Amino acid sequence: MAKIIIDQERCKGCELCTSACPKHIIIMSEYFNAKGYHTAKQIKPEECTGCAFCALTCPDVAIEVYK
Amino acid sequence: MGEKMLMKGNEAIGEAAIRAGCHFYFGYPITPQTELTAYMAKKLLKMKNAAFVQAESELAAISMVYGAAATGVRSMTSSSSPGISLKQEGISYIACAELPCVIVNMQRGGPGLGSIQPGQADYFQATKGGGHGDYHLIVLAPSSVQELVDLTMDAFDLADKYTNPAMILGDGLIGQMMEAVEFKERKKIDLPDKEGWILTGCKGREKNYIVPFNLDPYEMEKLNLKIQEKYNKLKEKEVRCETVNLDNADLIIVAYGIVARIAKTVINNAKKVGINIGLIRPITLFPFPEKIIAETSEKVNKFLVVEMSMGQMLEDVKLAVNGKAEVNFYGRVGGVIPTQSEILTEIKKYLK
Amino acid sequence: MKKVFESPKSLTKDPFTYCPGCHHGIAHRLVAEALDEFGVREKTIGVCPVGCSVFAYVFFNCDMICAAHGRAPAVATGIKRAKPDSIVFTYQGDGDLASIGTAEIVHTANRGENITVIFINNAIYGMTGGQMAPTTLVGQVTQTSPYGRDPKTMGYPIKVAEMLSTLKGVAYISRVALSKPAYILKAKKAIRKAFQTQIEGKGFSLVEVLSTCPTNWGLSPIEANKWLEENMIPYYPLGEFKTPEEVS
Repeated sequence: MAKIIIDQERCKGCELCTSACPKHIIIMSEYFNAKGYHTAKQIKPEECTGCAFCALTCPDVAIEVYK
Repeated sequence: MGEKMLMKGNEAIGEAAIRAGCHFYFGYPITPQTELTAYMAKKLLKMKNAAFVQAESELAAISMVYGAAATGVRSMTSSSSPGISLKQEGISYIACAELPCVIVNMQRGGPGLGSIQPGQADYFQATKGGGHGDYHLIVLAPSSVQELVDLTMDAFDLADKYTNPAMILGDGLIGQMMEAVEFKERKKIDLPDKEGWILTGCKGREKNYIVPFNLDPYEMEKLNLKIQEKYNKLKEKEVRCETVNLDNADLIIVAYGIVARIAKTVINNAKKVGINIGLIRPITLFPFPEKIIAETSEKVNKFLVVEMSMGQMLEDVKLAVNGKAEVNFYGRVGGVIPTQSEILTEIKKYLK
Repeated sequence: MKKVFESPKSLTKDPFTYCPGCHHGIAHRLVAEALDEFGVREKTIGVCPVGCSVFAYVFFNCDMICAAHGRAPAVATGIKRAKPDSIVFTYQGDGDLASIGTAEIVHTANRGENITVIFINNAIYGMTGGQMAPTTLVGQVTQTSPYGRDPKTMGYPIKVAEMLSTLKGVAYISRVALSKPAYILKAKKAIRKAFQTQIEGKGFSLVEVLSTCPTNWGLSPIEANKWLEENMIPYYPLGEFKTPEEVS
C-alpha cells in the first residue's frame, strides 16, 4: 500500500513526474491552479508502489509519498 | 597613558586596527600600502580566532570583507587608488547591505595606473559614493601617523555605530612616513548590538539573511531613504575638522591630509612676511565640514583650496562658501607634492 | 501509512519561483536534505549568487547572504575564516562561477577553503534570458551565439570539474546530473559527500550539477532532460574526479 499527495498549488505542470513514474499512473489533469498551471494527478492509486521517483524528479517539492 | 613608539604610517594603521579588535584582514599587494598588508600577515597569522588572507584580487578581498562583516566581526581591507577602484563593486554591496567595515586607501597619483607617488585625486570617488547607486562612506582624512592610529580606531567605532563602511583616506606619503605614535587607552563606548542581523547560523532563532537588492522598486526606494537617513545623522553629529588662526585671517586655506600639514608651515612662513593665513582642515571628508566653512566665509573673503588633485574638494568648498567669498585653487597632481613656497607664492597673488 | 518523502526542514515553505521543469528546485532540495541529514541547518550559512538562484535566500531555511556576481567563493571565504565552526556553502550558476567568478573559484579551491560549492551547469545564462555561457556546448544556439557557438571565436565549453580537480588543495569534486531518478539519487550521494568533506574539515568540495533550462533552451522539460542526456553528458562525463582519500 502506498500513496502520493500532489500539492496542486505548488505544481507547475512541468510533467516530469509523468515521465518518471514507472507505472505510468501520473497524468496531467484538466484542472488549472491559481497560477494558471495544469497540474499533475495520479490515476489508479492502487498501482502506486511508493517508489518516490515522482517526488525525486519534482522540481517544486510538490509531492509527498506515504508507504 | 599608552606606550609611545616610532612607527611607519602603514604599519601603525595595522597595529591600530588590531588593537581596535579587527582580527580579520583581506588584502592584495599594491604600492604604496603594501607594508600594511604585510604587517597584518605578520600579526594575524600568529593570532587565534583571526584570519589573514592574501586574496586573488581586490574584487575578492572586498567580498571576503563583506562575508566576514556579515558574521559580525570587525574586518578590513586596504589598497591604493587603482585597487580601490576595483573594490568599488564590493563597497557598494556592503553599503547597501548596511554592514560595518573599514577600507584604507593610501592614495597615489592617477588616473589609470598613474604613479606610485602620493595623490589626493580619489576625493570624488571616496566622498561621493565611488561605486554604483546612492551611498556614502564615512571618510576620515588623517594628516599624521598619530592621527592614522586614532582615526583607524574611530573608523571601526563609527562603522559599527552607523552600520556603514568607513574609509581612511590617506596618501602615499603619510603611509610611508615614520613618526612617534602613542596607542592611547580608549574609553569604551556603547555601540549597537549586532545580534539582530549577523549570520552565525540560525540556532534558537529565525534565519537571518543579507541581500543587497530588492526587485520591488518601492521597497528599494525605502531602503535608499533609510540609508540616506544615516547620512543625515552623520552630517549632524560626526563632522570633524581642525581650524587654525581663523580670526583676522587675510585668507583661509582649506586642505586635508598631508597638504594641511604643509599649509601649517605656510601659515608660519607667511606670518614672518606679515601675512595672516588661516586653515580649515577637514578631518571628516564625509560628512564634510560645510558649516564652519560657510560661517568663515562670512568673515574672510578669500579662500585657497590646496589639493593634490585638479580640484575635487574645491567643489565642496565652493558649495559651502556659496558665493560669499572668493574661492581659489592650487593643485599638483600625478604624484607631485606642492611645496610651502609654491603655496605662499600663490597666496601672494590673491592678496595683492 | 508513514510519510516517506516530504519537503526537508532546510527548505522554507515558499514555493520556488523558478520556471516549470527547471532543475534548480531539485538541486535546492538535495542540498537541504543533506543539511537536514547531517543536522547542521542551524550552523549553516549559504551564499547565493547573481543569476536565477539569487532568490535561493528565500528558499533555504538557514542564514543566507547574496554575493556580487561571481564573488560567492570570496564571500564564503570571509564567512568561513570568521566562523570556522559554521557550515558554509555557495550555490552558483555557470555564468557566475565559470565566467565572471573564475578567479574566485580557482583561488578558493586552490586555498583549500573548507567550504562546499554547488555548481549548477545548464550551459546557458538563465536570468538574463538565454545568452551563451562558458559552458555552452559547441554549436549550441543562444541569444549571443545565434549561429551556434563557434569555438574559433568563442572558445570551447569549460570543464570546471576536470579543471579544478587538477588543484592540489581540492578535496572532493564530482559531476552529477538531475535528468532522471537514478541520476538524482547519485547526485544526492555526491552532495552529501561534499558536505561530509567539509564537516570532517578535509577542505574544498564542489559538485557540478548538470541541469536543464527548458525555458531558454526552448524545449519542454521532458525534451530538455533528453537533450541534457544526449548532448551534455557525452561532453561533461559524470562521476567523481577527486575524493578526500587522495588528499595528502
